[in-house]
Amino acid sequence: MMDTKPALLSVRGLSIGFATEEGPIRVVEDVSFAVAAGETMGLVGESGCGKSVTAQTIMRLLPSPPSRIEAGSITFDGQDLAQADEPAMRKIRGDKIAMIFQEPMTSLNPTMTIGEQIGEALLLHRGLKARDAKPKVLDMLIQVGIGRPEKRYAQYPHELSGGLRQRVMIAMALICGPKLLIADEPTTALDVTIQAQILELMKALQRESQIATLLITHDLGVVEEMCDHVVVMYAGRIAEKAAAKELFAHARHPYTAGLLAAAPRNAKRGQTLVTIPGTVPPPGKRGQGCSFAERCVRALPRCRQDVPPLTGDSHLAACWNPVP
Amino acid sequence: MLLYFAKRLSASALILVGVTIVTFCLTFLIPADPVAMIAGRNSTPEMREQIRIQLGLDKPLIQQYAAYAQRLAQGDFGISYARKSEVGPLIASRLPATLLLMLGAIIAELLIGIPAGLYAAARRGRTGDKVAMTLSFLTVSTPQFVLGLSLLYFFSYLLGWFPLSGYGSLSHLILPAVTLGLAGGGWYSRMMRSSMIEILRQDYIRTARAKGMSERRVMLVHGLRNAILPIIAMIGLDVGIFMSGVVVVENVFGWPGIGQLMWQAIQSLDIPIIMGITTVAALFIVAGNLLADLVAPLIDPRIRLR
Repeated sequence: MMDTKPALLSVRGLSIGFATEEGPIRVVEDVSFAVAAGETMGLVGESGCGKSVTAQTIMRLLPSPPSRIEAGSITFDGQDLAQADEPAMRKIRGDKIAMIFQEPMTSLNPTMTIGEQIGEALLLHRGLKARDAKPKVLDMLIQVGIGRPEKRYAQYPHELSGGLRQRVMIAMALICGPKLLIADEPTTALDVTIQAQILELMKALQRESQIATLLITHDLGVVEEMCDHVVVMYAGRIAEKAAAKELFAHARHPYTAGLLAAAPRNAKRGQTLVTIPGTVPPPGKRGQGCSFAERCVRALPRCRQDVPPLTGDSHLAACWNPVP
Repeated sequence: MLLYFAKRLSASALILVGVTIVTFCLTFLIPADPVAMIAGRNSTPEMREQIRIQLGLDKPLIQQYAAYAQRLAQGDFGISYARKSEVGPLIASRLPATLLLMLGAIIAELLIGIPAGLYAAARRGRTGDKVAMTLSFLTVSTPQFVLGLSLLYFFSYLLGWFPLSGYGSLSHLILPAVTLGLAGGGWYSRMMRSSMIEILRQDYIRTARAKGMSERRVMLVHGLRNAILPIIAMIGLDVGIFMSGVVVVENVFGWPGIGQLMWQAIQSLDIPIIMGITTVAALFIVAGNLLADLVAPLIDPRIRLR
């Protein structure tokens, strides 16, 4: 469909619900995409659109209850993770699929040394002793561009800058040589200059290892820089799905077009920044029809009645009245 | 570090001076006359007056306190009214038994409280959690003499596993230590539970789970080191809580420590002993807190002593 390479990760018709006090709500609805080895897939959307929930569900990191996979499959390396039990998932997590989180400040354990935390996955998945893991950890620290690895090994997270901590997170994720890396807003909490360095590092490491990456972000600049393919999510559904170049050249969904227009670097000097009016409707308050209709400049009467299907050959959009 | 130590020590000294003032004043507010207690029922007014002068009770309060403080600074706690012997050596001879009991109680409460709290946190919201928390509520709210006497009745009298009272072997220590430790363990299990549940919400716990760790390992390796800090601070405070606990427990179990001495002193209004033990107790509480503060940075490297 989107590529000819065999998919390493293939998400099909995934729907995720949460049990709440007001009853069950759908947070993610009928999401499908695929990522092949060596490829980077961007998962884009505003806060609350379901992108992080989708990512954490692939890792099966969300506690169940309250979360529940209501439909669909998550095929990774020939195995359906949606059906996998906890012991099977434990073998995959940190070994075949690794994850980087947004907040390098709070995502590292303050009471353990950097070395201990990076080496831990080797102890778990390779059965190494801490002593034998150390040279591999030092190697990894060098690979992610951390100088004086011997010194850093024995340091605690609070002794490191934000950029270094995110490098540590990357080292921690890659130490077992995973096939798939899920990066959830890896640069959002960092300074702009550090952001560029971290993205550069991720690209370089990917070239070497042919790792597949699922990059979750709300920053279209990051997507343009990093991604081969893009999935734009809105209110738990896929709004648009295309090759990155194609999407940036010609967005079909009015939401994507709005996001691109709202990016500050597309603004002209002296002009007010473009915004999309309104906010994402929370799960449970998504009426019938297209969830974006209330905020859409191109909305037709039909948009408020029927949910638009995702249509197109290689460039898909879920819209009754796409941008021509 | 040294500066911190000096600051803490001087603050501790101030606290101790405050304690001596308060205890000194309190004993004079007791509506009973120690002179009458010493002299006995058949004494003449002249005999009582003589004893009053002998004890220095005829002088103004300020002078009495000054003399008391001066003697205290030299390690002289005065002479017991009832026993006619020096209070300092008396307390010193009883102290090892009480310290042993406290150590036993701290070990007991940690052995009870930490596993129970971890268990409850792992089963949070489920039956195991509710059972553990109900039990902890019971142990916390049962008066210690009831708990002590019940343990004595079942384990010493009915089952014969432990001696009924006394001092000298490990089997003598277990029941009084468990009596003190059960109440403390109840508190600890609640603290451990809430502290661990709080820690399990942290981002780094999610990171640990993302590495493929079992929930057990996540809790014991990543959670415990962070969750145990409030417990450590609590152990420091416990020394003070135990000081009142030992008065009850030592009497229930016939344990020859300063708690028993205190009880006897209160009954005979033996003011020098009451003051001496109160001062020693204050010293222990202050030392316990200081020790807890010194241990904290060994567990959490972010804590710097200033």
